[in-house]
Amino acid sequence: MKYLYYPGCSAGGTGKAYDESVVEVFKALDSGLVELDDWNCCGATAYMAVDEAKAFALAARNLALAEDQYPDEDEIHIVAPCSACYLGLLKAKRYTEADPKIGGQIRRALKAADLEYKGKCEVRNPLDIFVNDIGLDKLKELAVRPLEGLKVACYYGCQIVRPYSEFDEPSNPVTMDKILKAMGAEIVEWPCKTRCCGGMLTWSTGAGKELNYILLKEAWKAGADVIATACPLCQFNLECFQDKIRAKYDFNEEMPVAYYTQLMGLALGIDESKLGMKRLFVPPKIPTLTG
Amino acid sequence: MDKWGGQLALEQMELDPVFAERMTRKAWGENLRRCIQCGTCTGTCPLSEYMDYGPRKIISMVRAGNKKDVLECKTIWLCASCYECAVECPKEIKITDVMYALKQQALLEGKSPKKLPVPVLDREFFNIVKKRGRNHEMWLIAITILKTNWLIGLGLATMGIKLMAQGRLPIFDEAIKVGTGKKGDLKKIMDACDEIEREEASA
Repeated sequence: MKYLYYPGCSAGGTGKAYDESVVEVFKALDSGLVELDDWNCCGATAYMAVDEAKAFALAARNLALAEDQYPDEDEIHIVAPCSACYLGLLKAKRYTEADPKIGGQIRRALKAADLEYKGKCEVRNPLDIFVNDIGLDKLKELAVRPLEGLKVACYYGCQIVRPYSEFDEPSNPVTMDKILKAMGAEIVEWPCKTRCCGGMLTWSTGAGKELNYILLKEAWKAGADVIATACPLCQFNLECFQDKIRAKYDFNEEMPVAYYTQLMGLALGIDESKLGMKRLFVPPKIPTLTG
Repeated sequence: MDKWGGQLALEQMELDPVFAERMTRKAWGENLRRCIQCGTCTGTCPLSEYMDYGPRKIISMVRAGNKKDVLECKTIWLCASCYECAVECPKEIKITDVMYALKQQALLEGKSPKKLPVPVLDREFFNIVKKRGRNHEMWLIAITILKTNWLIGLGLATMGIKLMAQGRLPIFDEAIKVGTGKKGDLKKIMDACDEIEREEASA
């Protein structure tokens, strides 16, 4: 079995700190990631709204390329940290395998470019890998700099657990809670773990910003020092519109929003500069680091 | 007012049974007919209160064949694809997929609200990926703002500069080569999709 890394389009841009911290954490866990060659867009939300067949074909090209990169492997696990990428690839895999008509069309489209998808790929999210492949005991053992005294609100967003709940609950997921607890953090209870961040709507609509106001306020009310996210779009929405939210709503705090992999990395003893901490608008204050 | 007074007179709406039939087929919608109008979708939807119609009404309107109102509404563009409704639906209707199908149809027929950024963004996202295989975040937002409401751009300028300073909004974003004609060429795959669609349409 091989892990193959699918960074997704935001990894080189707004989600750069996610990419950096995921890669570093896997390195620290002795499971170095190799990147999928020549990968393309996963066909996520915005693309799916225009053309469904092409969205599936885009995702399927990535799966076929993965099989091409490791022709001798029986099982290839594509590691997709971004929620939208994870679902885009997983949904295409499910529909291709379960729906003969769609499956036939996609196989035909791939064949036009000399590609074939044999079905040897699993689409995996790092949350799943950390808990079920690496294991919480090992994580705990490796946490040389535990996040003692740090209160974290774990925010999963939507598409990691919905519609497919491959490794966690659709409305009350716990994998990130368990991981960060193993890293020594205190997990706060809050009611918005999978409540919508507005996705692609937030930058252009007031409705989207109101959704983020609700999330920020609830996390703050729960006493969180930081919101931990698992998706580049969630992170961007929650972090980058706080000035606009403060201007409009009864919310006056600066809430740090970090990738859970950044927090993991800190606990695993990885240097801050390698984890993209400086790429955050409001870096979290880690009690064990600042003393 | 008698007890039927609240009902919209059917002759006032132009109903299109072909649209109803087609959407039911396209949107994995065999289950769409089984909708019991319980409202779980609208109840669970985090964006329903901002919509002109909630998802429950949209399903009812699709089944009735109320094509014009469905394709021109804002509701479908406010669906953020969080799949809350689809997971909770007691009749297992893939409501998110229904919304996708309606968005696709609205774009195809040019019926989406012109100044709403979301449908414009979706179309531009598609175009960017067609050319370079991957998205380009800065270009996507810039072109959407230029085509819809540049005032939004003013509000985003400070944030954009901050993101650039943090290396989170690169001008030169990595892409792949499209149209190489070699094995794995994305263009060949997309062309094949077009061909399949043409065959479907003529069948």
